[in-house]
Amino acid sequence: MRRSKFFIGIGLIVAAVVYLIASSTAQAKEYFMTVDELQAQGAAMVGKNLRISGAVIGDTIQYDPATLTLTFEVAQVSGDNAEIEALGGLAVVLHQAVIDPTRARMKIIYIGVTPDLLRNEAQAIVTGYIDADGVFHADELLLKCPTKYEEAVPEQSASK
Amino acid sequence: MLAQFGYGTLVLSFVVTLYAAGAAMLGVRNKSLAQIESARRAMLLTFPLVSLTALVLITLLVSNQFNVQFVYEVTSSSMPTYLKVTAWWGGQAGSLLFWSFLMSAFASAVTLHKWERDRELLPWVIVTACVTLAFFLGLNIFFENPFAQLYQTLDGEIGAYTFAPAGAQLFQPVDGRGLNPLLRHPGMIIHPPMLYLGFVSFVIPFAFAIAALVTGRTDDRWIRLTRRWTLWAWFFLSFGLVLGGRWAYDVLGWGGYWGWDPVEIAAFMPWLTGTAFLHSVMIQEKRGMLKQWNMVLIILTYCLVIFGTFLTRSGVLSSVHAFAQSAIGPAFFIFILATFSISIRLLIYRWADLRAEAEMTSMLSREALFLFNNLLFMGILVVCFWGVIFPLVSELFTGQKVTVGPPFYERANGPLFSALFFLMGVAPLSAWGHSTWQTLGRALWKPTLIATAITVFLYFTYTEKPAALLGFFLVALVLLVTVYEFWRGARARQQSHKESFFSALNHLTARNRRRYGGYIVHMSMVLMAIGILGIEIFQKETQGQLQLNQSLNIGGYTVTYAEIADFHYRDGHDVTRATVKVYRGDAYLGELAPRIDYYYTPSDIENTLQRMTIPGVRSTLADDLYILLVDWQPATATSATFKIYVNPLVNWLWIGCLVFLFGILIAAWPDKDAELVPARAKNKAYQSSAADD
Repeated sequence: MRRSKFFIGIGLIVAAVVYLIASSTAQAKEYFMTVDELQAQGAAMVGKNLRISGAVIGDTIQYDPATLTLTFEVAQVSGDNAEIEALGGLAVVLHQAVIDPTRARMKIIYIGVTPDLLRNEAQAIVTGYIDADGVFHADELLLKCPTKYEEAVPEQSASK
Repeated sequence: MLAQFGYGTLVLSFVVTLYAAGAAMLGVRNKSLAQIESARRAMLLTFPLVSLTALVLITLLVSNQFNVQFVYEVTSSSMPTYLKVTAWWGGQAGSLLFWSFLMSAFASAVTLHKWERDRELLPWVIVTACVTLAFFLGLNIFFENPFAQLYQTLDGEIGAYTFAPAGAQLFQPVDGRGLNPLLRHPGMIIHPPMLYLGFVSFVIPFAFAIAALVTGRTDDRWIRLTRRWTLWAWFFLSFGLVLGGRWAYDVLGWGGYWGWDPVEIAAFMPWLTGTAFLHSVMIQEKRGMLKQWNMVLIILTYCLVIFGTFLTRSGVLSSVHAFAQSAIGPAFFIFILATFSISIRLLIYRWADLRAEAEMTSMLSREALFLFNNLLFMGILVVCFWGVIFPLVSELFTGQKVTVGPPFYERANGPLFSALFFLMGVAPLSAWGHSTWQTLGRALWKPTLIATAITVFLYFTYTEKPAALLGFFLVALVLLVTVYEFWRGARARQQSHKESFFSALNHLTARNRRRYGGYIVHMSMVLMAIGILGIEIFQKETQGQLQLNQSLNIGGYTVTYAEIADFHYRDGHDVTRATVKVYRGDAYLGELAPRIDYYYTPSDIENTLQRMTIPGVRSTLADDLYILLVDWQPATATSATFKIYVNPLVNWLWIGCLVFLFGILIAAWPDKDAELVPARAKNKAYQSSAADD
């Protein structure tokens, strides 16, 4: 019963952890993109796990309670924090994205409960995939309303 | 005026704290007991000073001084007083002050300890505690001043300033923004203070560890002195995590309790290292091994505590998740880097002195299994840490931001948690020092056999899913072994002391608090695991639009839509409440009332409506029926849409949480002879007879 046996045991655990991390990362990774980036890549991203962020355009929110189908559009906002700060903060950036008709937009479809924070000029962070028509099918919908409270609502206040 | 006074006491606290740290260091250099005593008194003084600062802030909060920016941001005049008080930690500046308040309280408590035997540790404990305290006070002074007031400058701009700009007028908003209604839940009111209590308590063992490293007192004295601090820290941190989960389940309306988001993980990571530390210090106390490792763990825990506060408070992850921005990020980063590198330098300096006094002799010995337990906890930590930093890493190396979500954590951590459960079942049966397959097998075969029988039974009656069956096998094994340990101990005592079984059980636990408290914690893990297996593997959900008197069926329940009504409350929020009747088969079980609350905020805020979806829940030991009102037709009120979950066994999660806290209380409750029992360290023979496990 000497040390080498311990190192084998420790090595096995370490190897198992490394394997679990590597394989789970490969399987569960989501590409975090802006609307512009996603539309630029187009067909290459169809079917991949994606997470995009954008400004919710209030006029486009539609909900069909019979099928629990929620559709809305988001407008392109930058994914770069420093850039958002330079433009005057997230609230300003979201507002400008919504009123600017030239911004790239993406249609989101989500089946489920309308999140409590879904409203005009909220920041939507959606996880899902795009189909060949460029429509985003969301599995998960996170919303942030930066103007409302200094203290961000914890992330879980999302629909899953 | 009051606000300036508060800022003044804040600055004074900061100066006194710096003085304490400086005087302690000088005292060591000059070998001056007087200087060290002066430092000790200064540290004692920080508590009343920070308390006074906090009192000023609370006064401002409850008296609606909305020209103070922080008061404006977290309260409104319609909030009840207790919520105004708890709004103290409802925003960033206040919660940092809350951190300092706890830190100064604990630092003072430590100075009251009898120091005679540990004189040389004192100055370094003061230095460590005061540097930490000074950092947090400094954040408040230089970056996040809770006493900053709103001023209108000559060109009409309104902004928050610590000192009035030239020519500016105080600006007095009519009302504050108010606390987010989602945060007005009892769980959410005490969740942050509990987490913070846990965070801050871990600073004390760290301070003693650093003191031990600096002075070269590398025995296990620092561990014995801080054993209870560690347990209480663990208690509060665990309680805080549990409350957060319960809050999510009650308020957030997605039928879950844990979402693996970075902020949750930030609080979970110090818990992981803290749990590993709790286990591995026993090896050092018993066998004089793993000394270096324990140092690594407590240093990691401290850094993760600071990192956790940083993640929840700084907005560093806002590139992904859009939290509030703040200037304190770089400050935190520098502080963590500095404390970590200094600690590690000290550890390397003492590395040789911390060599183990004994060698591991057997793979199956108790200490070896503890070591594997530690590795598994570290594995889970690495998984979590990787998940949190992966977006930053991937962006750095590929330019493409890639994130990982809950499936990553579940998939990677699942096997590690299972292995931990297996160890939880095996380790209590293994012997210290030397254990073989034969001795272990002899102890283990009965529980294994019974657990297998239970699993086979469940296979035929309940589920065929392999993951669930493996889970149930493991929890059965742990439960059997733990109950057996209680039974064996109590029987032995019953015979030797001629007591009744229950009195023997009672005395046994009272005499070996940490050991049996720990076993109770193990059993609570079993209960929680049952709840988690239930909701994760067997959760059912359905949703649909119902006309009045129509029904949805799920999991044996029939839910019939009966009524919907609107209510207006005097504090200005509206409630739409649906009433549904619940049947199981033909049996009528009662009504549930899922509802949506609407909170309106003052009109100077752009988004004036906050919705809260509050589920109607029928909770039994077998399952929870969890009903959400999703949508309805306001005009006719004849149709409404519901989402319904059946969460089997989830109540065992909450029951397990209560048992868990009870177990820690048993382990941490003060003994008469407290931790100062010098005889034990020498009396190893007596000790290893499991009297003080």
